[in-house]
Amino acid sequence: MSTSRHPLFTALIVVAGLIQGFGLAYSQMARPEVVLNFLQLEDLGLLFVMGGAALVAGIAIQIGSRLLETAPFTGTRYQRREKSFDRNVIVGGLVFGVGWGLSGICPGAGYASLGIGNYKILWAIAGMFIGAYAQGYWRALRPATESMTDATSN
Amino acid sequence: MDTMLLSIATESFPRGITHYLVGGLFVGLSIAVFYLGTGIIAGNSTFLETTLSYVSDLPRFQRKKYVDSRDWRVVFALSIVAGAALYGLVLTPGIFVTDVQWWRLLGGGVLVGVGTRLGKGCTAGHGVSGIASLSRTSFVNVGLFVGVAIVTALAVAALGVNP
Repeated sequence: MSTSRHPLFTALIVVAGLIQGFGLAYSQMARPEVVLNFLQLEDLGLLFVMGGAALVAGIAIQIGSRLLETAPFTGTRYQRREKSFDRNVIVGGLVFGVGWGLSGICPGAGYASLGIGNYKILWAIAGMFIGAYAQGYWRALRPATESMTDATSN
Repeated sequence: MDTMLLSIATESFPRGITHYLVGGLFVGLSIAVFYLGTGIIAGNSTFLETTLSYVSDLPRFQRKKYVDSRDWRVVFALSIVAGAALYGLVLTPGIFVTDVQWWRLLGGGVLVGVGTRLGKGCTAGHGVSGIASLSRTSFVNVGLFVGVAIVTALAVAALGVNP
């Protein structure tokens, strides 16, 4: 893939990142308090963040995967995002849910939170790296269960 | 009828919905620009695992797919920080610091790190792009994590932890 990358590939990534960071800050999702308010069912506005985002992303993904061939910046074929289903999807979802409900923070919102000056979010970001490392270390010790899921994770 | 709808709206959406919707449309636009330009549906949690390949020799982190994408994922994450700074410093000058306690952030962060990687995605990957792709795997994952997060947040609040 890297061989056919357009010279402006990195510029496009930067633009997409800026838009997303701005959106996460504008939606207030970069504030753990606002997310916790949603999860405590006191303010359901977050449904509009995820719904609005899924709507726009959905239009792009449906157009790309149905009508277009390959992407101009990479030559990659357009596909939908479909991960294989297995036990890890369930266990991972449960663990992520506890973590999200405890902290009010998820990866993208965490990076954006740093951008609005929330240095205390470094606790959460450090935690995410520790957690990501721990699961990698743990799964490396259990290679037998690995082969099935490996091919499809991001 | 109108007053009933109005009271539901003010109770369920005390901050209104405009900034939530506009923010969400920007997030969707970001994913659309990224996807239509590159064919890549970028989640945000993969940054964590691929970045570990810079410092860990574990084969899990050294997979070609990770090493190939780790550079642009760092650029993407830093751009998200910059995009939020653009909002935080330019549009509404001033910084925000959370009151949520450090142990909630750290402990929650560890579980988020484990869970998103094990479950193959986060609120962006499964919650937005997966739903947008009408992926059954994502519907199951999102249903689970949203439900469990609501129960967890309500339980923590009931135990008197605030914030």
